[in-house]
Amino acid sequence: MITIIDYGAGNLFSVHNALEYLGYENKISCEPEDIIGADRLILPGVGAFGDAMDKLKKAGLVDIIKQEAIKKPFLGICLGMQMLFEKSYEFGEYEGLGLIPGEVKLMEPEGNLVIPQMGWNSLEYNHRCAILKDIDNGTYVYFVHSYAAKCPDEFVSAYSNYGGKVTALVNKGTVYGAQFHPEKSGEIGLQMLKNFAEL
Amino acid sequence: MLAKRIIPCLDVRNGKVVKGVNFEGIRDVGDPVEYAEEYNRQGADEIVFYDITASAEGRGLMLDVVRETAKRVFVPLCVGGGIGSINDFRETLRAGADKVSVNSQALTNPDLISEAAKIFGSQCVVVGIDAKRDGNGGYTVYRNGGRINMNLELGEWVKEIEERGAGEICLNSMDADGTREGFDIEMLDYVCSKVNIPVIASGGAGKLEHFSNALIQTDCSAVLAASLFHFKELTIEQVKSDCRKNGILVR
Repeated sequence: MITIIDYGAGNLFSVHNALEYLGYENKISCEPEDIIGADRLILPGVGAFGDAMDKLKKAGLVDIIKQEAIKKPFLGICLGMQMLFEKSYEFGEYEGLGLIPGEVKLMEPEGNLVIPQMGWNSLEYNHRCAILKDIDNGTYVYFVHSYAAKCPDEFVSAYSNYGGKVTALVNKGTVYGAQFHPEKSGEIGLQMLKNFAEL
Repeated sequence: MLAKRIIPCLDVRNGKVVKGVNFEGIRDVGDPVEYAEEYNRQGADEIVFYDITASAEGRGLMLDVVRETAKRVFVPLCVGGGIGSINDFRETLRAGADKVSVNSQALTNPDLISEAAKIFGSQCVVVGIDAKRDGNGGYTVYRNGGRINMNLELGEWVKEIEERGAGEICLNSMDADGTREGFDIEMLDYVCSKVNIPVIASGGAGKLEHFSNALIQTDCSAVLAASLFHFKELTIEQVKSDCRKNGILVR
């Protein structure tokens, strides 16, 4: 059972639809017992960092997530990935879940590039992780974001290039984070979700 | 590097795909969900549904189409046509759309752009534009499917759209639409020079090279076509392989 953590934000249904399509049992929930009882957890997210962390706190989920994320496969997507880090500077300064060392900052791409980065960009492997099983280097995935994580290279599974290196996929122990949207990245994205579901 | 996008558009009326030429002479054809699945197989980078119904019943059917597509197709979905309120945005996004496109209502109520961007994020707000040469070397914006002249200069409008927080512009040249003689390079170039948000080229595609021409000759981020893909004159794969041959980065 995969629990998609519902904290009143984000595009929960696309992740749910993708897992249903792949045939994995899943549940959208904000109940502590569904988080503790799950085999795997997904933290999705669209929106602003501070607001999302506030919602997690109000739902009383911060400590439970911190405790469960190191026990079983945990995947943060987009804002959910950014929340894995220690701190974000989106509209202020906010503390994150601190599951992976690093900070989230506004992207400063070189050249005349637009923010947000929106569209399909290719992944460049770094320290390849299990999510990338059967997936070729240089494959395209779908990104929509203005902020990006700066973290030690040892935790970066893949970068993308958008006027400089952008942290695209991270991994530390049982914790995984994708800045892009696997649930919107076609067959490749489905393969990544499958890899996660079968870890 | 970010890839250029190839986007098929499906015109939908009462839950069925239709294809109009110059907004007239509409024919009914088929199940939009099946079309979307086929486009997804061909490698579409995004799929646009354009609701031409403009009735409450049609809207409901459109949302059903989006809901069903979102269960089977895992690329970004954009929905437009008849969007006039924050509630329309909310319902459409909830049904599974990733982006919502507004056109006429953004002209009559520009606050809709700013509010939607604030509530749902710029990334899901697309502003569609129908524009035409004014006969004096400039371009004018129209609304209601090209029926009402807004006497609004195109450059001014696109700047306002960007300032209000829209994430993207979909530019349909009424001069090029339906001609099958290629995208309107001049108009596209003009709009791309005015804004720093992605611009999607729409209207005029008739041949393979039209896509790469627009992507090479202008700074547009994506090219959109409906009938060419719809009538299977070209597949998305063909367009992409032609783009690759011309050195354009595509997925």
